[in-house]
Amino acid sequence: MMKKLTLAMAIATLSTATIAKEEAEVMHWWTSGGESAAIKVLADSYEAKGGKWKDSAVAGGSNARSAAINRMIGGSPPTAALFNTSQQYRELIAEGMLNNIDKVALANNWDDILPQPTLNAIKVDGHFYAAPVNIHMPGWFWYSKKAFEKSGIEKEPQTAQELFAALDKLKAAGYIPLALGGQEWQENLLFATVLSNIGGKQIYMDVLGKRDEKTLNSEAFRNVVDTFLKLKPYVDAGSPGRNWNDTTSLVINNKAGIQVMGDWAKGEFTQANKVADIDYGCFPGLGDDSLYIVGGDVFVFPKTDDKQQVAAQQNLVKSMLSPATQIAFNNLKGSIPVRTDIDVSAMDVCAQKGAAILRVAERQIPDGSMLMEEYRYGTLKDAITEVWNGQNMTTDQAVTILAHSLRD
Amino acid sequence: MEWLRVRRHIQRNMLAYIAVIPMALTVFIAYMGTMFWSVRLSLTSSRILPKYDFVGFAQYERLFETSRWVTSLENLVIIAFLFLIICFVLGFLLSVFIDQKIKAESFFRTVFLFPYAMSFIVTGLVWQWIFNPQLGIQSTMRNLGWETFTFDWIVNPNMVLYTVVIAAVWQGSGLVMALLLAGLRGIDEDLWKATKIDGIPTWRVYLSIILPMLRPMIITTVVLLSISIIKMYDVVVAMTMGGPGIASEVPAKFIMDNLFERGNIGIATAASTVLLTTVLCLIAPFIYSNYIKKSR
Repeated sequence: MMKKLTLAMAIATLSTATIAKEEAEVMHWWTSGGESAAIKVLADSYEAKGGKWKDSAVAGGSNARSAAINRMIGGSPPTAALFNTSQQYRELIAEGMLNNIDKVALANNWDDILPQPTLNAIKVDGHFYAAPVNIHMPGWFWYSKKAFEKSGIEKEPQTAQELFAALDKLKAAGYIPLALGGQEWQENLLFATVLSNIGGKQIYMDVLGKRDEKTLNSEAFRNVVDTFLKLKPYVDAGSPGRNWNDTTSLVINNKAGIQVMGDWAKGEFTQANKVADIDYGCFPGLGDDSLYIVGGDVFVFPKTDDKQQVAAQQNLVKSMLSPATQIAFNNLKGSIPVRTDIDVSAMDVCAQKGAAILRVAERQIPDGSMLMEEYRYGTLKDAITEVWNGQNMTTDQAVTILAHSLRD
Repeated sequence: MEWLRVRRHIQRNMLAYIAVIPMALTVFIAYMGTMFWSVRLSLTSSRILPKYDFVGFAQYERLFETSRWVTSLENLVIIAFLFLIICFVLGFLLSVFIDQKIKAESFFRTVFLFPYAMSFIVTGLVWQWIFNPQLGIQSTMRNLGWETFTFDWIVNPNMVLYTVVIAAVWQGSGLVMALLLAGLRGIDEDLWKATKIDGIPTWRVYLSIILPMLRPMIITTVVLLSISIIKMYDVVVAMTMGGPGIASEVPAKFIMDNLFERGNIGIATAASTVLLTTVLCLIAPFIYSNYIKKSR
C-alpha cells in the first residue's frame, strides 16, 4: 500500500515537473540594438513570473507580421505576435482568429488607465483583443541647440510663422534647415505632423478618420497642403532615399537644424552621448497645446483552446503591463508607457513631456494607421510622396491628388 | 495502328516517363496551380486574408486608376528598352573583344562575369553610394576642386531611372558576354579563313555572318534578360526604394509592397496577373517559332 502511494506521488511530481513551465513563443521584429535590449526586458519580466520565453524574431515589421499571419492560417500560431497599434489586425479579429484578453484588461481597469486612441484601436465590440506595450509619437521636432544658437534662434517656435522664420535663419547661417529622409514613410510622417499642427484636431480627424469630401476641399485643408509644400525648399538635395537614422545624425553632428521624427530618434542621440536640453532639444509640436499623435505597438494573441497557452497569453499581458516593466522597457525603446497611472519621473525630459500630455485627453489624436485600413493608408502614403516629390507641384494639384487617394 | 505505335513508344520509354513524373507534378501543382490560384484571387475582394467571393474586374479597375502602378508600367517599358539594347551591344562587344585571342583571357572573362555572380542587395548599396551626391562621384569631384560639378541623377525624378539602368547593365552585360562568347567559340575556324581570302573586313563578318549564326544564343540571351527585367526588384529596393517619390517604381515592387506590407492580396494578385499576361504575350511568339514550329 505504502509502496504504491509513493510510486503514485513520484509519478505525480514527475509529471507536474515536466509541465510546470509554461512556454510562450513571441513573434516580433525588434532586432536592432536598442530594440532587442527592450524586448529582453519583457522576456525577463515574463520569466521572472515563472514562464519560459521563446523568442521568434523576424527582421522587418511587415515580414514579421506576414509570418505570424501565415502561421495562424497554417494552424501552428505563436503564443503572441507583435503588431502596430493600428487596423492591421482588424481583419484577424473579424475572422475570429484572435483570443480576447478581457480578463486581464478588466481586472486592471484598462478603460481608465489607457489613452482613448489606444483603447479605440484595441477594443472591438466591447472586447479587448490586443495588449498595448508602448506609445510612440511619430511627430516630434528634434533640433540641434548649437545650430539654433548660431543662427540666432532664441526659443522653440510656437507657431507656423515662427517655424518658418527659424528655418530661414538656419538657412542663412548655412545649416540644412529641415533634415528629412526622403522615404515614403518619413514624408508621410512629416505630412501628418503638418496636418495636426496646422490643421488642428477637427481637420485631422475629418481628413484621416472620416475622409470627408467637404473637408478635403476646404480652405483649411488647402492651407495644410500649402504649408507642407512650402517646407520643401528647406530640405537638402541629399534627402531622397536617405535613412531616418542617417538623417538624425545630421542633427546630432550639428549639420542640420530640425528633424521631424518619431520618439525613437532619441535612441540615436543617446547612443551619440548627447543629452536632452543640453546638446539637443525636443518639442512635440507648435505651441503649448499642440496635439499628440498616439501610435505604438501591441501584442495580439492568436486563437487557441490549449489551456496552457491561454494561461501563457494572460500571464504575458500581466507581465508586460506591470509598472516596473513598462518604465524599464520604454526607457530602452524610446517610447512612453502606455499606462497613464504610473510615475515617470525616472524617464528623460522628452519622455516626461510626452507622458504629461498623455494625461490630457483633448490633446491626443490617433495615428493615421488606426483610422483606416492598411491598404488605404498605403494609397495615401503613395499620394503624399507623389505630391512631395512632384516637380512644379501646385497646391491645387496636390489637394486633388491627396483627395483622390482618400476616396472610397 | 496509330494507337499501337503510341503504346510501343510509351513502353519503350517507361523509365523516362516515370523519372519525369515528380517534376511534372511539381510544375502542374506548385507552379501552374498557384498561378491559377492567383488569378482566382485577383477576382476577389481579398485584403489580408484570402477570400473567395467574386467582384469581377473591380481590382483591375482600381489598379489602373492607381498612378503608382501606371508609373511603374511606364518605367518598366523604358528600362526594358534601354537595358536590352545597351546590355546586348555591350555584351557582344565584350565577347568579340575576348574572342581576339587576347592574353589573360580567363582573367577578363571572370572580371566581366563577376557582377552577375553577386547579389544586387549588396552591390545596389554600392551603386547608391556612388550616385549619392553627398558621398559619391559628385562630392569626390567637388573635393578635387571642380566646384560646379553636378551629378545628381539618383535624386532627380527625371533621371533616376537611368541610374537603375546603369547598375542593371553593369550586372547583366557579363552574362550576355559569356553566352555569346560560347557561341563565338563554336564558329568554325575555316569560316574565318574563307572570309579572309574573300577580303571581307572583320566588322562586316561579325555583323553579316557571325551574328545571324548566333541566332539561338541571341534568343536565349533576350529571354534571360527579359525575365530579369520583369523580375527587377532588388536593384530598385537597394538603390532608390522606388524614389524620389514614385519616379523609379517597378511592377514587381508594387506587387511585393501590396502583398506583404499593405495586406492587399486582391490588388497584388491583379497586378501579377497583368504581368503574367504581358510575359505570356511577349514570349509566346518566341516559343512558337523556336520549338513548336521546328518540331513540325
